[in-house]
Amino acid sequence: MSRILAIAEQRDGALKRISQEVVTAARQVADGIGGEVDVVVVGAAGIGAAAKALGNYGADRVLAVEHEALGAYSPESYTKAIADQVQAGDYFAVLFPATAVGRDLAPRVAARLDVPLASEATALEIEGEELVIRRPVYAGKAFVDLTLDAAPRIVSVRANIFRAHESPREATVETVAAEPQPSKARVREVHAGAGDKPDVAEATVVVAGGRGLKDPENWKILEDLADALGDGVALGASRAVVDAGWRPHAEQVGQTGKVVSPQLYFAVALSGAIQHLAGMRTATTIVAVNKDPDAPIFKVADYGIVGDAFEVIPRLADEIRNARG
Amino acid sequence: MEILVCVKRVPDPAENEISIGPDGGDIERDDLVYSVNEWDNYAVEEAVRIAERTGGNVTIVSVDDDEGEEVVRRQMAMGASQGLLLTDEAFEGSDGLGTATILAAAAKNGTYDLILTGAQADDGAAQVGGMLAALLDWPYASVVNLVETNSDGPLRIGREIDGGSQEINEIETPCVLSIQTGINEPRYVGVRGIRKVASIELPVMDAEALGISAETVGTAGAKVRRVDYFVPEQRAAAEMIEGSTEEIADRIVDLLRAQGGIR
Repeated sequence: MSRILAIAEQRDGALKRISQEVVTAARQVADGIGGEVDVVVVGAAGIGAAAKALGNYGADRVLAVEHEALGAYSPESYTKAIADQVQAGDYFAVLFPATAVGRDLAPRVAARLDVPLASEATALEIEGEELVIRRPVYAGKAFVDLTLDAAPRIVSVRANIFRAHESPREATVETVAAEPQPSKARVREVHAGAGDKPDVAEATVVVAGGRGLKDPENWKILEDLADALGDGVALGASRAVVDAGWRPHAEQVGQTGKVVSPQLYFAVALSGAIQHLAGMRTATTIVAVNKDPDAPIFKVADYGIVGDAFEVIPRLADEIRNARG
Repeated sequence: MEILVCVKRVPDPAENEISIGPDGGDIERDDLVYSVNEWDNYAVEEAVRIAERTGGNVTIVSVDDDEGEEVVRRQMAMGASQGLLLTDEAFEGSDGLGTATILAAAAKNGTYDLILTGAQADDGAAQVGGMLAALLDWPYASVVNLVETNSDGPLRIGREIDGGSQEINEIETPCVLSIQTGINEPRYVGVRGIRKVASIELPVMDAEALGISAETVGTAGAKVRRVDYFVPEQRAAAEMIEGSTEEIADRIVDLLRAQGGIR
């Protein structure tokens, strides 16, 4: 029986939403080859019980590597824990989430197993008996389809591309003993980002602003729109405003910032430089507001509004609030 | 501190329209404008600043053909004292693991305390740094946005993690760090700076000099096989929404509701 391994991610004992997406993608591949889906989750005691819910998305078996020293990400220990499970399992493919942790882990695990890695996949197809992986290159100006001539095939999948899809079954949970590794890199502290907004790369709705907002103070109209749209809405920014120091680098959307694929992207008073478009053109629906009717953002937007953001956005926030009741 | 910085010459996405070559197996590379990978500028700047604080040398390395010399020299002009070009026909067509294998051989050939790479390059794969570290069995940190050196003891580094948070780590040297944009402001390189490094000898090493067997790298060793390239279809032009501010807001709310954007 061919097996696919999905790597789940947790923070503070709670599974991150992208774990559902990785399992969804793994289920899709497994169904293509008539295989089963295993999940590995690394964390403190109890994480396996939390991961059992991934059965809803098609996981057949959860392998929980539990240890009190593994509650927070530790590069060497997590690499070993996952590489050990990959080696023990004879997997057709191993899927990582392309998150901050997944991007750190996947190359290490691949190199340790002497196999290649295809990162940031946006589509996975079984053709014949081969897994064809699609991924963007050159700032999203081109895509490449590739195969990996190795077993297992190690792939990281981009957030918000493989929408979580239910395929319910009763997942079994097995707890695996862990050996935390002496580490040459130790996490000392985490400085929380400003505000309580989710990460722009993982949010389903993004409200992004550009230089046309004229002053960092004016971000309050975007924050108000984000609040009106509800929970889970992230703020984004163009490179120009990040370079100007108006917004933190973590909010930068674009080729040298975050690449995002939300269901809804508001581009407010940003022109749409090529380097910004590279980061958001795969959003499902793009709404652009700009004074300049010739702004390049209108070439990728689904809906365009030529107008003054300071008039349109507050009004829109009010209307959305009314509509939501 | 002896620092090695890995740089890559890439087609500049802002300067080029990307099209697919006649056989579909690669992009059309004729007439492309090349420049250094943007992330690498930040890595070189950070290396030069560390060397200015701690003493020691910065070496710029690139896996490339002869065309790579210009980029290596441009990066050297930012303040590196040495360069190294890793060139061999056998290196062409390397995948990420192949490139990491070549760089690891070069790293073992020197005595470096620190290796910096850009967090990613034109192919967005963001993997060579992590693989290089694994091959060397050195600790590694990705997406680094802060590096602090102590006179004695581990480095204190910051990583950009989810949600705009910064994770502070201690990491022992030797180590590999992949550097995120925004960590510093890369200095300007003028013609004078490039002229200053023009006379520095640039060693070139091939597979034999590095002790790499040719079949483990390049096209021969690549396990990533490109099946097809394509350019995404242009989105249709935006539907422009016109009218009074009130009408516009109403229309957007209707659209969002229809698409499930308002719950």
